[in-house]
Amino acid sequence: MTAAAGTEQYLRRHTGSSGRSRLVRYLRVDSWGALVLPLLLFLLFVFVVPLVVMLQRSFTDPSVGLANYRAIFASSLYVRVLGNTFMISLMVTAVTLLLAYPYAYLMTIARPKWRMFMLGLVLVPFWTSILVRSFALILLLRDTGVLNTTAQDLGVIDGPITLIRTMQGVVFGMVQIALPFAVLPIYATMRTIDRRLLAAAEGMGDRPAGAFWRVFVPLSLPGVAAGGLLTFIQALGYYITPALLGGPKNTMIGELIVQQVSTVLRFGFAAALATMLLVTTMLLLALASKFLNLEKMLMGRS
Amino acid sequence: MTRILTRASLVLLAVLIGIYLLLPILVVVPMSLNNSSFLSFPPKDVSLRWYHNLIDDPTWLQSALSSLEVAALSALLAVVLGTLAALALVRGKLPFRGGITAVLLAPLIVPYVIVGLSAYIMFLRLGLTQTTLGFVLVHTSLAVPYVLINVSSGLVAVDRRLEMAAMNLGASPVQAFFRITLPMILPSVLAGALFAFIISWDEVVVAIFLAGPDLTTLPVKMWSGIRVQIDPTVAAVSSLALVVILLTFGLVGLTRLLQRIISRRATAALTKTGA
Repeated sequence: MTAAAGTEQYLRRHTGSSGRSRLVRYLRVDSWGALVLPLLLFLLFVFVVPLVVMLQRSFTDPSVGLANYRAIFASSLYVRVLGNTFMISLMVTAVTLLLAYPYAYLMTIARPKWRMFMLGLVLVPFWTSILVRSFALILLLRDTGVLNTTAQDLGVIDGPITLIRTMQGVVFGMVQIALPFAVLPIYATMRTIDRRLLAAAEGMGDRPAGAFWRVFVPLSLPGVAAGGLLTFIQALGYYITPALLGGPKNTMIGELIVQQVSTVLRFGFAAALATMLLVTTMLLLALASKFLNLEKMLMGRS
Repeated sequence: MTRILTRASLVLLAVLIGIYLLLPILVVVPMSLNNSSFLSFPPKDVSLRWYHNLIDDPTWLQSALSSLEVAALSALLAVVLGTLAALALVRGKLPFRGGITAVLLAPLIVPYVIVGLSAYIMFLRLGLTQTTLGFVLVHTSLAVPYVLINVSSGLVAVDRRLEMAAMNLGASPVQAFFRITLPMILPSVLAGALFAFIISWDEVVVAIFLAGPDLTTLPVKMWSGIRVQIDPTVAAVSSLALVVILLTFGLVGLTRLLQRIISRRATAALTKTGA
């Protein structure tokens, strides 16, 4: 019955026989559209309401007011965590882009068979559990790990170099996790660049390198911006990798949130930290959506 | 000459990045066959010791079963809700379409730590922590965008004239949907289900908040086996998890192929009959 009404409305809409006001027409939902309701209600109750409750808790627990937020900025320890989070995310983004750009570029000029292979290399870790990858990185990086033992056996180094529980360790691990998220949008943008433009630039006397820097790179910048912003936004909220590969000096906000809840039960304080992270994420996304089609990017991700 | 040099260094860089991306995964499998309890490198003896350990310890099996149950139920719920919503987004008329889409895709964007904390605060009040229902509810919300994305892209490719044809031949719209549309988008629905399953199966951050002695999922069990001191059994679990992921990956590829073939055939048949 409902679908029948839907078809009827579909036909009516396309024959343009509706004489109602624009507002009513705008607000009208047809029966196909109504199918969104179960999911919408589900997400409202399971996803949105808990976020609102958390937000509210950050202002009311243990006392009403801004005490939790003041506590964050009153302690140099917490301020340092915020600074760490920002710095590490920035470094991860920079390194990721530096690696993702040439990789994506090579994908655009490689033969189709190789391109598929390179895409596969990016997608396999993308779908491998972060936990498995972080565990593997520990086995690789720790003092008795694969890298240190191999280097010692080859006589490159005398004793183990501390790679784990350091800033470099965190960045190394997080870049590994973040690379696919940067390569995919950059590659998607590069693929749409008309290569004849480079030929034209060269035809008009520019050197190949000149044509690359003056034509190709500027045209690929939207993809770089998209990949960079996505990487940065995600890096801000990382928990597993920094917790496993970082030391006590490189604590990030995600770890602090878990720590505050699980060890000292300061729910309001943790909620305030989470709210700050959420607001920052949303602001950055709003910024990103100014010059990126986020919906299309997210919808086109799979 | 410079061009060849640039190309060569580009290829070298790409090879290094490829190794960087794949190496950690490649390390895990040989390590899991290591006899030493410190997982020393290079492995001195090859043994299945940690796999035996895995089978002998009932807590690993128990957490794997919990994960399986949660992931299967989450995938099911996500597929039903996500497919319905995809139909609405692709075919329906909706007010506030942008806002609604934003809410539906939000779980992709909000950091999992925040999702975990907010769910934990809520579920503590409702008594849903450490329960299958609690896990399923949150995991469904995290997985549903993937179903939405997969099914939407499948739906867009479906030729609506086929449904019209079915209805002209006397089928009700509901019949037309179940007989014509659903079989055609089935591969996309299955791909969405597989993605949803993997999201839940792998999910660890929210699970850390919700888990406890009463209910622990496999990733949480692995997490506690890495966090403080390394339990070598995790290497065996990771290797098995890798196999599961690669298999699922293969299945998703298969569904993509099927979807393309089905859409093309159906449209071709339609064109041939001159509809």
